Amino acid sequence: MFRRATTLLRRPLNAAASRRFSTDLAAEPAADTSFVEAWKKASPNIDPPKTPLSYLKPRPPTPSTLPTKLTVNFVLPYSSELSSKEVDMVIVPATTGQMGVLPGHVATIAELKPGVLSVHEGNDVTKYFVSSGFAFIHANSVADVIAVEAVPLDRIDANLVQKGLQDFTQKLNSATTDLEKAEAQIGVDVHSALNSALTG
Amino acid sequence: MSGAVPFWRAAGMTYITYSNICANMVRNALKEPFKSEALSREKVHFSFTKYLNGKPEKPSIRSSDAPQ
Repeated sequence: MFRRATTLLRRPLNAAASRRFSTDLAAEPAADTSFVEAWKKASPNIDPPKTPLSYLKPRPPTPSTLPTKLTVNFVLPYSSELSSKEVDMVIVPATTGQMGVLPGHVATIAELKPGVLSVHEGNDVTKYFVSSGFAFIHANSVADVIAVEAVPLDRIDANLVQKGLQDFTQKLNSATTDLEKAEAQIGVDVHSALNSALTG
Repeated sequence: MSGAVPFWRAAGMTYITYSNICANMVRNALKEPFKSEALSREKVHFSFTKYLNGKPEKPSIRSSDAPQ
């Protein structure tokens, strides 16, 4: 049972510290070579089955010079809003505050709060309201934004936002349990974010 | 973040619950053609079949928008 204990102890202590970020990892080979060889022996006339991995494009390497454009993927559970679109800048509503992402941004993962995601492309600015989600910024100037619900700002009804804000402020005062209070607080947060998104 | 637990987490809510509540509120604040479209996209119907002594009973259908 402890046969490997000495080998494990001899490992350098900083092995975990020197581990690279997952965003820096080289892309996996698309297929398992030993499986492909075994398949060729068993059925030489049929192509080996493709896995989802083999349909994925390999990640572009981190360029040595700063790229001029940021590649953005923006996906929702039911649609792909932006797919590898090259833009100048995106501003994401992170929980720590609005975060501007330019090409060459350091690799990070940010949790999103309800707020405005703006995509800057030359003089054009496209604004979406995202409910919540995550933004993954990779070292190779690729940003993946994932949200549960996101809509262009012009689809939001200002009257419903005002009504919702009043309703949830009232609910926050009358809430008794912790869960009700939290739900009302979320309502106030979301509707204030919607309100400030609409007013400017 | 300063390591503080968010208020919804302190109330016993999970991140999935929190983000679904947020998304639902955003859907409810949309203008009309988009609102019904967004809400209908989220509808789920479950068919439950109870097995008694190895025999299936009549399935019951539960919808996500109807009260349980």
